[in-house]
Amino acid sequence: MANLFAGVGTSHVPGIGAAVDHDKTQLPYWKPLFDGYGPAREWMEREKPDVVIIVYNDHASAFSLELIPTFAMGVAAEFQPADEGYGPRQVPVVEGHPELAWHICESLIMDEFDMTIANKMPVDHGLTVPLSIMCGQPEAWPCKVIPLAVNVIQYPQPRGSRCFALGKAIRAAVDSFDEDLKVAVWGTGGMSHQLQGERAGFVNEPFDTAFLNDLTADKERLINIGHTEYMREAGSEGAELVMWLIMLGALDKDAKEVYRHYHVPASNTAAGLIILENS
Amino acid sequence: MRQDRPYSNIPGTYVLDPQHSMQGYELNMFCMSLNKPENRDKFRLDEEAYLDDFPLTKEQRKAVLSRDWLGLLQLGGNIYYTFKLAIFDRRNMQYVGGAMSGVSEQEFTDMMIAGGRPVEGNLYTSEEK
Repeated sequence: MANLFAGVGTSHVPGIGAAVDHDKTQLPYWKPLFDGYGPAREWMEREKPDVVIIVYNDHASAFSLELIPTFAMGVAAEFQPADEGYGPRQVPVVEGHPELAWHICESLIMDEFDMTIANKMPVDHGLTVPLSIMCGQPEAWPCKVIPLAVNVIQYPQPRGSRCFALGKAIRAAVDSFDEDLKVAVWGTGGMSHQLQGERAGFVNEPFDTAFLNDLTADKERLINIGHTEYMREAGSEGAELVMWLIMLGALDKDAKEVYRHYHVPASNTAAGLIILENS
Repeated sequence: MRQDRPYSNIPGTYVLDPQHSMQGYELNMFCMSLNKPENRDKFRLDEEAYLDDFPLTKEQRKAVLSRDWLGLLQLGGNIYYTFKLAIFDRRNMQYVGGAMSGVSEQEFTDMMIAGGRPVEGNLYTSEEK
């Protein structure tokens, strides 16, 4: 049977991807951030998940205000890097896992999560930057990927409690998939940041630290953080952190933290990373 | 008039809520069009003519042409969309962040390196200096 063994939470700042692509990771500005990614890459190499479900948000690439799915899962065999205005990132094509993805979609919908199912979905930095963070610059990504795009740009975003419940339902779906696969879930985005307006550059380290702590210490508190609290305390774009709660919901209740890293700044963002493992 | 919302008293923040989305739809979709290289070429060739294809308000059009980064948000723009115009201009997020908050790119970058815009004084409009 498929085994969902771990979760990763990580920021997906486009500048991090650009630093990798343009060989800037050892510059003084980026080095402290990338030094902290080293142990996470070692973990990834050691654990070798077969499939990673990457929970991310599309930034006006595959979707736009024309069509705003709250939760969209990619069931295709491959996903092309999107052109976000610079031309597509020169990274490997993302290989999907159609059988598992369809199985999860079917299971979720029967479980009353009315998913949007995507057969064609170019993937932007929200998905490819976490791959660069965890895997560096391989010829091909070392795992299959099931993209789960969450609307966090158009208010109202899904509530944290709903995201957590979706994570639980994803876990049940993976548990019932009849193939020996090692599966991880990555929740991406955040941490505190605000890209827009006169308050651009807002960062709240105490909020972020408490968020990282409570992924293991007080899930109830995290699940109940509301929209206004996210926007006020974590910045208008910090509401992306609800995507980490999908990852959290998919893990065992007593999942253990095995690694964390936090650094300000990555571009205009507080960058965080955490690895949680089921026992 | 904008409805009062629980988040209305967060300083310097333009939430893409239903009202904002209605106001900014065409503006944001113009920005979205710049994802396509052939559209970027057309826009580069003649910005005014390119904009004729989008039913923007006079104010929105002016804000696009003058690269009024804060004005774009006030007229319904969302940063993920308006940033596509900045990408077109080869500007980075520190430049745009500075332009929206009234400082230079270097000053904005330095603020981020020093830990970002502080929490104190920036949670409620009532505590703004």
